[in-house]
Amino acid sequence: MCMFPLSSSAYGSLVLDKDAVESYVDHAVAALGLALDAEYRSGVVANFERTAAIAELVMLFELPDTVEAAPVFRP
Amino acid sequence: MTPLEMSARDIARHVQSGALSAVAVAETHLARIAAANPTLNAYTDVTAARALAKARDIDARRMRGEKLGALVGVPFAVKNLFDVAGLPTRAGSKINRDLPAATADGALVARMDAADAVLLGALNMGEYAYDFTGENVHDGASRNPHDPSRMTGGSSGGSGGAVAGGMATVALGSDTNGSIRVPASFCGLFGLKPTFGRLTRHGSFPFVGAFDHLGPLARSAGDLALAYDAMQGPDPHDRACAQRAIDPTLPSLESGIGGLRVASLGGYFGAGGEAIVYEAVQRCAAALNTKETVEMPEVHRARAAAFVITNVEGGQLHLERLRKRAADFDPATRDRLIAGNLVPGAWYMQAQRLRSWFQGEVAKLFEKFDLLLAPATPCAAPAIGQQTFTLNGQEMLLRPNIGVYTQPISFVGLPVVAVPLHGLGPLPVAVQIIAAPWREDLALRAAHFLETAGIVRAPVAL
Repeated sequence: MCMFPLSSSAYGSLVLDKDAVESYVDHAVAALGLALDAEYRSGVVANFERTAAIAELVMLFELPDTVEAAPVFRP
Repeated sequence: MTPLEMSARDIARHVQSGALSAVAVAETHLARIAAANPTLNAYTDVTAARALAKARDIDARRMRGEKLGALVGVPFAVKNLFDVAGLPTRAGSKINRDLPAATADGALVARMDAADAVLLGALNMGEYAYDFTGENVHDGASRNPHDPSRMTGGSSGGSGGAVAGGMATVALGSDTNGSIRVPASFCGLFGLKPTFGRLTRHGSFPFVGAFDHLGPLARSAGDLALAYDAMQGPDPHDRACAQRAIDPTLPSLESGIGGLRVASLGGYFGAGGEAIVYEAVQRCAAALNTKETVEMPEVHRARAAAFVITNVEGGQLHLERLRKRAADFDPATRDRLIAGNLVPGAWYMQAQRLRSWFQGEVAKLFEKFDLLLAPATPCAAPAIGQQTFTLNGQEMLLRPNIGVYTQPISFVGLPVVAVPLHGLGPLPVAVQIIAAPWREDLALRAAHFLETAGIVRAPVAL
């Protein structure tokens, strides 16, 4: 479900390992070829951690296979 | 009553009849902008020459007995993410100021102009619309006309400030996660976020293609209907714009609430805010003669999915600018946008699929009800710069929570009219009247009914 080492909290949600998030951010930024100024790193990590925590609510919800996304595309 | 306090419908009627000249209306508003904008900081550009030329043309055409538009002489202004011919479309950013000036008006600006409304200028907004506060690091915060030490709400902050401050009769804004409804609440105004795909976005700077909506803010439900009707209609240039014929809302505006099935949203929407916002919902519910409360399922997940999609789509849109000009962003926006580019595709796709699922669940509610009520914001306007707010004795982060009630609704594109209640506390708050897709008419009818009943109103802070 998630590429980061996870541990269960008291509420049954998933908590990301801080070091793993930092490492992921560094690698993902490199993969995008984005030169991340050292000054920005902590802000980006903090934002990614927040998004990851919020995304858990999305990822921990079981959806039927038949539910498709609804992008707007009209050939 | 001066033109600064008049409704758009009254101004149009008086200009049409010759009781007021369009030039006088424009000049009164330009003088008000000159006096109030140094404090309120709603306008970033004032198009005075254009406004006066348009007003003179209107008055001349009236003298010649020519046909005039539905919004004749009505002063309006637009969030600065709308293209305005002759201005670079800055979208609240420093970076976009280097763009060449727009060569044409955005589609909705052009439709308002074609209805003979008079454009006064472009309005302050949060950088690239990623904001709920109305603050802007480059242009300074827009300030709340009811208390200039308070936020206008964002990201259409200048749109809220201009209309509440008597500097425009109607303003256009955009709403991706709540950016029309939040300023409507903090500035005590009526706001319409139409159904996703209803109003064309052609000629406006995007934020999140999946969720971006455009719409009006005004001081009455009738003014929303007037502007909205003038802006409807298909446009093949916006991929998401539904190619639907115009559904006019003005003809049924005064039909009352007979036959409308209304409920308040409970659960998620009945918790997490200050008491005043629930009192506001309760007052509207009582006036609309309903005691029913219903719940939407999994709303917290819907909001989470909207957050993820916003982060990814907004981030990707700005990737090249983040590469080349990261230092020119507001640091808070920049770090959020960079992070959005790092989100795994699986999270994004699951969020998009959850959107479809949630849409199906919400549709079931509209089999039983025509309109649903919910708070627009969890609190009244906070102080500019405020970082936290206290709820039930607990200190909570402010910014991530301002859109808590708006975000799940725009997630599935439902039309909403935000209606303002004044006098429950020192500052106003708004209630969302939420309708089924394409039923803006019903939400506007109920809003007008509440206005007639004296429950909701939007006074100018002069």
